[in-house]
Amino acid sequence: MIADVLAQAVESTGGGTGEAVLFWILAPVSVLSALGLVISRRAVNGALFLALVMISLAVFFIALEAPFLGVVQIVVYTGAIMMLFLFVIMLVGVDASDSRVETIRGQRVAAILAGLGLGVLLVAVVSRAVFSDWVGLAGAAPEGSVPAIADAIFSRYVWAFEIVAATLITAALGAMVLTHQERLTRRPGQRELAEQRFASGSGVAASQLPSPGVYARHNAVDTPALLPDGTTSDESVPTSLVARGAVRPSDEFTKHEPGELEGDQQ
Amino acid sequence: MLTQMESVQPAEGVFAATWLLILLPLVGAAVLLLGGRRLDRIAPVFGTVMPALSFGYAVVLFAAMVGRGADERAVSVPLWDWFAVGGYEVSVGLLLDQLSMAFVLLITGVGSVIHLYSIGYMAEDDRQGRFFGYLNLFVAAMLLLVLADDFLILYVGWEGVGLASYLLIGFWQHKNSAAVAAKKAFVANRVGDAGMSLAIMSMFVVFGTTAFAGVFPAAAEASEGWLIAIGLFLLLGACGKSAQFPLQSWLLDAMEGPTPVSALIHAATMVTAGVYLIVRAAEIYNLAPAARTAVVIVGTITLLMGAIIGTAKDDIKKALAGSTMSQIGYMMLAAGLGPAGYAFAIFHLLTHGFFKANLFLGAGSVMHGMNDEVDMRRYGALRTVMPVTFITFAAGYLAIIGVPPFAGFFSKDRIIEAAFGEHFMYGLAALIGAGITAFYMTRVMLMTFAGRKRWADDAHPHESPPVMTIPLWILGGLSVVGGLGLLYLGGGIVDWLEPVTGEEHHELAIPAAALTAIIIAVVAAGIAIAWLIFGRQPVPTTAPAGSFVTVAARKDLYGDAINEAVLMRPGQYLTRSLVYVENKGLDGAVGGTAAAFGGLSARMRRIQTGFVRSYALSMLAGAAVVVVAMLLVRLP
Amino acid sequence: MSPTAYLVLASLLFAIGGVGVLVRRNALIAFMSIELMLNACNLAFVTFARMHGNIDGQIIAFFVMVIAAAEVVVGLAIIVTIFRTRRSASVDDESLLKL
Repeated sequence: MIADVLAQAVESTGGGTGEAVLFWILAPVSVLSALGLVISRRAVNGALFLALVMISLAVFFIALEAPFLGVVQIVVYTGAIMMLFLFVIMLVGVDASDSRVETIRGQRVAAILAGLGLGVLLVAVVSRAVFSDWVGLAGAAPEGSVPAIADAIFSRYVWAFEIVAATLITAALGAMVLTHQERLTRRPGQRELAEQRFASGSGVAASQLPSPGVYARHNAVDTPALLPDGTTSDESVPTSLVARGAVRPSDEFTKHEPGELEGDQQ
Repeated sequence: MLTQMESVQPAEGVFAATWLLILLPLVGAAVLLLGGRRLDRIAPVFGTVMPALSFGYAVVLFAAMVGRGADERAVSVPLWDWFAVGGYEVSVGLLLDQLSMAFVLLITGVGSVIHLYSIGYMAEDDRQGRFFGYLNLFVAAMLLLVLADDFLILYVGWEGVGLASYLLIGFWQHKNSAAVAAKKAFVANRVGDAGMSLAIMSMFVVFGTTAFAGVFPAAAEASEGWLIAIGLFLLLGACGKSAQFPLQSWLLDAMEGPTPVSALIHAATMVTAGVYLIVRAAEIYNLAPAARTAVVIVGTITLLMGAIIGTAKDDIKKALAGSTMSQIGYMMLAAGLGPAGYAFAIFHLLTHGFFKANLFLGAGSVMHGMNDEVDMRRYGALRTVMPVTFITFAAGYLAIIGVPPFAGFFSKDRIIEAAFGEHFMYGLAALIGAGITAFYMTRVMLMTFAGRKRWADDAHPHESPPVMTIPLWILGGLSVVGGLGLLYLGGGIVDWLEPVTGEEHHELAIPAAALTAIIIAVVAAGIAIAWLIFGRQPVPTTAPAGSFVTVAARKDLYGDAINEAVLMRPGQYLTRSLVYVENKGLDGAVGGTAAAFGGLSARMRRIQTGFVRSYALSMLAGAAVVVVAMLLVRLP
Repeated sequence: MSPTAYLVLASLLFAIGGVGVLVRRNALIAFMSIELMLNACNLAFVTFARMHGNIDGQIIAFFVMVIAAAEVVVGLAIIVTIFRTRRSASVDDESLLKL
């Protein structure tokens, strides 16, 4: 629905100023986001920049009389593929960051030169080329883009469609096969786990870990809980916070007697 | 102009199996050489029987030949067609005429006698099978040489005797000196063979064939320049085989071989093959006086050279080898005189075969009795201990110095006459040579058989067994009567050979009898001088320093030194420099190219860093290049 | 808006994505740069589709998206597997194919 509205809006302006404004706002955004992706140190930031690029491209698609493609861009690309990326980033480590030092000699300079050269080349060629003005898809897609695409896919491109579908299935299966880890040893049973726990020696492992909040003096995530002997338990705080050094020290809670803290009632 | 081939008869009757002459010793050689050690016990007798059978058949053929008229004695025995290449056809055949008959009798007769002698001489050797096999091989090859009717077939025999000579000189392989001497002989012969090859090639160019029947009748039509060239090439070949100057250096070293070998090959037969070649090619030499002159000069130089060398050698075999060199010089001198001298050359060749083989076998007998000692300074007073050897050696001695009525007198006398008839200088040189011959042969006799004992402490000189003395008696007898017999029996050798060689007679300034008297006087002077030096005073056991002539003669008149300086050292330098060029230049270029590629690839290898990103960089660059290329195609 | 502007934008995004692949060592960011390049191509296709009045450009862009999805699935699975063993997501680690 929204896509059709947008498309009609575009057509009503005849590809005129509205489209130009759209373009000249979003184009710099997308270019800067692309640069941001390439420059960002953290993978998460890069993923977010890429998502931004993709969304702006989706808008472009809609402006270019391809509403179906624009929606598919958002749903498939930004929605599914970027989420996949973010999942893997999570697995690999959100805070893993590259150092800025380039290990291969001359790679950075050569890469920038090559990229610059390629870019300049393509831009020069494209700007020199004489393109006919928009013909528009009114003739090719009289009932809108979706019926036209459907018509083309299931008649002229049905063979490619079937193969691509098979490819997709194969890729999914391939991913499962690649990441499958065969269990080489027997899964330790409950008795073995209990023996391991007692064999480690420290009394802490003898029983189950306390459920969350048992030793908590505070209900904030970044405040560690206190163990019976007064030391903080590092296990009560998420490791990412520990890695980031965002754990609040528990001194202010241990120094006070019960009742001294504000808002603390007997 | 007489041509040899005018009256060749086809082979019939007894002559049909002439090839048996060659086949018998060849079979003997094959059996003995292929049979190996197993046949060692029967080898001596078997090896002697084969040439003896050949000799018997040769006598039969000789009798048949004598029975025919003088114009019908040459027999042609065609065997088979060998090959035809382009316009050059060669068929193997034999030509048995008066000249080759004389040689056949000499080779098989003297050869069989020497084989008999070898049975005794080589009795303690453990490789007798090989020895007799090689000897038979030699006899077969030499017979092929003298019986061939084509220069190419002659060349096959020529090479065969060279091979046999090499094998026999180096028979005692464990002696390094023998191996070196064999190599030297072969190499010097090779130089001569090059001349022979050039002669054959020239014949092919000029006549289109190398068969005697094709070359000799057509010789009159060839240009004199070519005939002189062929004559000189043949002379070069003859010099190699007959150890004439300048290829004479190998003959003295060839004495490393066993004494029967020295007697058969390097005295009686192989070294005379050169003389045979020149006499056989008489047609060519008759038409090329310049080549004849070259032959005469070579012969003269060599006869004096050999004589001088022979005077200073203490090794009895080397002294005799110098003598051989000198006597063959006489034969070459005579052969170079043209029809006036061909017959005398062959006559001297035959008598020389008798007495020189006799002398060598006698020397071998002395060595056998003296524990293989060859230094004459360690001999002395052997005539009482070895009487048979002494008597037969004396017969040969008198023959070689030319005392009448022994064999050498007649042949040498004729040669000196013919030399004077040609030119005074040649005659004078031959006369002086005769004097020196008398001198050094008397020296040998006196040092060996007369005077006081100078033996080594462990020497027990004794006479040789009959198997060795019987050949000495045979050859000694031939040395005594051979000259007279050949000259006067049945018309004489000159008439016998006349259809082949032609005859000429030069008038002398003085009567022949006066010349003979002068020759005898010169010989007597030589004997007297030798008696004065070696007969009256005791011979020192170590060689005295001697004058510079003596020193030069001891060093073979610097023949080896000249060869080394002129040929060997430049050859070595050339080889070394070529090897250097090859190592540094060619190998350097090849190795350098390989190294350059290696270095280049080592540089290029660094592109493969293993990093995905550098590969991606090259991909991007490549994509940019592709875009540019596509645009360049489309833009214009 | 002439087609040229869209195509220039697509070329720029493509070049930036290319540089990103070459410069970044983190495997995930390199992969994302590749996705950027694919997106730039999609933009160009759609522009041409509108320019020529032919729906085929959009069809191709559609198929590119599907294939990109498949590619991302497999690529990320590979990265995860490598990370499991090597504990590192750097592209430079797999450098054993050097001479």
